[in-house]
Amino acid sequence: MSLTRPKVESIAHLARLDITEAELSVYVDSLSKILSFVEQLSAADTGVVEPMAHPLAGESQRLRADEVSETDQHEKYQANASAVSDALYLVPRVIE
Amino acid sequence: MSLHTLSVADLSAGLARKDYSSAELTQHFLDRISSSNPALNGFITITAERALGEARAADQAIAAGTAGVLTGIPIAHKDIFCADGVRTTCGSRMLDNFISPYDATVVERLGAAGTVMLGKTNMDEFAMGSSNETSWYGPVRNPWDHAKVPGGSSGGSAAVVAARLAPVATGTDTGGSIRQPAALVGISGIKPTYGRVSRYGMIAFASSLDQAGIMAPSAEDCALFLSAIAGFDPRDSTSVDRPVPNYAAELNTPVKGLRIGIVKEFFERGMDGATGTLVNAVLDQYRALGAELVEVSCPNLPLSVPTYYVVAPAECSSNLSRFDGVRFGHRCENPKDLMDLYKRSRGEGFGSEVKRRIMTGAYVLSAGYYDAYYLKAQKVRNLIAADFKAAFEKVDLLIGPTSPTPAFDLGAKVDDPITMYLNDIYTIGANLAGLPAMSIPCGFDGHLPVGVQLIGPHFGESRLLSAAHAYQGVTDFHRRIPAAYV
Amino acid sequence: MSQPSTPAGWEVVIGLEIHAQLATRSKIFSGSATAYGAAPNSQANLVDLGYPGVLPVLNREAVRMAVKFGLATGSTVARRSVFARKNYFYPDLPKGYQISQYELPIVATGKLDILLDDGSIKTIGITRAHLEEDAGKSTHEGLGASSGIDLNRAGTPLLEIVSEPDLRGAKEAVAYLKKVHTLVRYLEICDGNMQEGSFRCDANVSVRRFGAEKYGTRCEIKNVNSFRYVEKAINYEVARQIDVLEGGGTIVQETRLYDAAKDETRSMRSKEEANDYRYFPDPDLLPVELDESFIEAVRATLPELPDEKADRFCEAYGLSRYDALVLSSSRDLADYYEAVVAASGGAPAAKLAANWVMGDFSGALNRDNAEVSTARVSSDGLAGLLARIQDDTISGKIAKEVFEAMWAEGATADAVIEAKGLKQITDTGAIEAAIDAVMAANPKQLEEYRSGKDRLFGFFVGQAMKATQGKANPGQLNDLLKRKLAP
Repeated sequence: MSLTRPKVESIAHLARLDITEAELSVYVDSLSKILSFVEQLSAADTGVVEPMAHPLAGESQRLRADEVSETDQHEKYQANASAVSDALYLVPRVIE
Repeated sequence: MSLHTLSVADLSAGLARKDYSSAELTQHFLDRISSSNPALNGFITITAERALGEARAADQAIAAGTAGVLTGIPIAHKDIFCADGVRTTCGSRMLDNFISPYDATVVERLGAAGTVMLGKTNMDEFAMGSSNETSWYGPVRNPWDHAKVPGGSSGGSAAVVAARLAPVATGTDTGGSIRQPAALVGISGIKPTYGRVSRYGMIAFASSLDQAGIMAPSAEDCALFLSAIAGFDPRDSTSVDRPVPNYAAELNTPVKGLRIGIVKEFFERGMDGATGTLVNAVLDQYRALGAELVEVSCPNLPLSVPTYYVVAPAECSSNLSRFDGVRFGHRCENPKDLMDLYKRSRGEGFGSEVKRRIMTGAYVLSAGYYDAYYLKAQKVRNLIAADFKAAFEKVDLLIGPTSPTPAFDLGAKVDDPITMYLNDIYTIGANLAGLPAMSIPCGFDGHLPVGVQLIGPHFGESRLLSAAHAYQGVTDFHRRIPAAYV
Repeated sequence: MSQPSTPAGWEVVIGLEIHAQLATRSKIFSGSATAYGAAPNSQANLVDLGYPGVLPVLNREAVRMAVKFGLATGSTVARRSVFARKNYFYPDLPKGYQISQYELPIVATGKLDILLDDGSIKTIGITRAHLEEDAGKSTHEGLGASSGIDLNRAGTPLLEIVSEPDLRGAKEAVAYLKKVHTLVRYLEICDGNMQEGSFRCDANVSVRRFGAEKYGTRCEIKNVNSFRYVEKAINYEVARQIDVLEGGGTIVQETRLYDAAKDETRSMRSKEEANDYRYFPDPDLLPVELDESFIEAVRATLPELPDEKADRFCEAYGLSRYDALVLSSSRDLADYYEAVVAASGGAPAAKLAANWVMGDFSGALNRDNAEVSTARVSSDGLAGLLARIQDDTISGKIAKEVFEAMWAEGATADAVIEAKGLKQITDTGAIEAAIDAVMAANPKQLEEYRSGKDRLFGFFVGQAMKATQGKANPGQLNDLLKRKLAP
């Protein structure tokens, strides 16, 4: 499996990662190698095998009671944000 | 004073007898940290003041007679666990300025048990690595040889325990991140069953594989601490509601009659000669202890590394999307628009291995590739889990090496991801199947420690710990301390 | 069969995706409150903010409400459903993924009947309904080159209800939307408030030549959040697509935003850019497994559904289908109506009660933008008014005046009648005196009437009514007039 530069660029875009030209070459090479490596999976006979999304088969989702347990702590939580105004998180203007 | 050479049980007894106070004990470790950490680089953050405060509180509890067995014992936390009011970096520039506003369940429980937090340990960035070289805060050194890696991703926790800068440390294990570094620095480390310990407050790498555990010199130390962190947590939907045994009380369960499966596939490939010899000696030791050793086969196990390197990146690519420069974490200077904010904040905040895994994950989940990669890997994962299940119908525990080689040179594998990924060849299977597993020291290849791995069935921690304890009763590898740190 | 009102030769194909916010107290995966209108980010906890390390835990009530909807629409309620992550970057989506359901939704393959304009019933298929979390909101006012993000809404439970492409025009789409709106309020799983965004709709619209087998390329129209806009947006979009196709062009599959101010749809390129959502099962959540006892417990809480209620109204009260549907369109209104009927002596008063509830009462609610629950005239109050009509204390016309006074003052019918002296005059002598006075004052008209100009009868009714301030019993007045005017 060999990835092209445009393909790697489009993956980086999909994942919202700024990649330099120099990094791009490295990733084209290493991602191609990784994908070739994992392709050995195609040899496995998985005909009727169910995919396993979770290591504990047989467990099911627990449901919690519909209760409000939280109080307003936005000041504490926003201490980690770089750009806040009037309790709103700021981002460059969103155009729809 | 040589307080740092004592076991947790001995320290606890000493505190109870008031041979020394927790404040003195804590200061002893803080002093060792000040003198040794600059070279070792095992801690990212040292919380000295907080530790001494907690130690004084512990001393009051001891004086008041309300202390538990862990009260006043210092501990180091992997910097993947959120601690309220403490910088929590996950080894990443992305979280260099992140102060957690809450405690992880593991941190909370250990705090409630009276332990004293010395600081936050270095780790591979977002736990992605097997050598601790991907940390934004620089590599951790192996206490046995500073030119070698300590393993990863819990390399800081491993190194500070091996160097006796902390009696015990927390770690997390997604593909071997507790066991492999434990092996490479000559300590014990247990990764419990998936769901045994809450993941709440543990910064996620691959949610279906991540599990918190304990790293300490001996299985006994691990047992004491595992009882404190294990158990149901309503804040984690994948936490299992099941009683927690008193692991320490069950340590002396005899090995006689125990059926241990030698996993054929583990011994067929990849292991270097000296490691093989040492692991085979462990088999003899268990035979001598009265265990029955039988060969078992897990035919799909050789596919565990490629399976893991599809599943883990897929989950990580999604888990790490929340780091976007908006609510926390690194934000680039003067973003010109939203796209620029996202791309530069993430591009600058994440290191190269993290970016590589995010992209691998985005690719294997993307339209047109999902079935061939992600879905296929989830099916193979099922095959691997079924192999283990079949094996545990025949035996009580499985045994094999932890790492194919002892600690390697810093920088030796950083440019070759596949070679680096193959370090996890023996450890990944347990994560894919959600099984408990531990690594214990089993000798030395030259001056470097080697570990052996035991794997148990789901919720078989007690059996793992007692088997390890029996071995440690007839060996002393777990008590060896690197000369520079004695 | 009704014929869609579209340009000759074209058939319109519509499917709706309705987002109903479930009326839980707390969020779908966290213990934050869901109340509308709170201060920015005051109801966003660590889970809603997507903080590192935190995990979702599913709200039982959200599951129960989804099951309730499934049972009410004859759908299959999945014994096992799975949450998946829908991955995309947007500022109102804190985790960079939305927790939704993809391959295994909680509700699948149901149906709803709608009433068409020609009185026929059409069954609309419901493809699926799945649980997911709502996103936050962006605001742009007064922030210069920035947008501000409020995550209070993030994590509010949504039920996304996806219809089959069974709707054949804007009117059908509106009828279906209204039906779902009625249903979710009946089930008390959504407050249905469209202004506050509790009930929202996207429309998938395409056109094809009549007789064509394949569907045309569709466009998804976002932001159609009132019944009126749904109709206008669809009509605009249909016209646009037909224009493009008749001009020899092709329709591009895309997301379009409805701009109510300009009454047009326009392409939303921002949403188009990266729609590779990379769905995969959320490893933080386990499969939701529901057993029979859970489902049966929910079934036991189902109220009488709108269609069942309308059927009963027709049968028990002899109402027309139309009246029955109007009265059952909201559970509050239907309950109010039934209370009025009960307090007015039952079925014999049913038609009178229907006219008043649908007429003056609903008119007053609309005028004052009021709710049934807080109406100024209670069901007992209205029944009191109807009693005075039935016992001839007042006429139907005076009753309207009494009703307005009751609404304005919150008084009983009797108190208003008493205070304003509106009691109907039934005393024959008094009415005759008024008639005599009118006849004496209008000799010319009297003569013309008696010489055969019959239509002047109405003139005398009006004058006599005026003379009694409208209080004369209309039947009596008529009879007496006829007798006295006779030559």
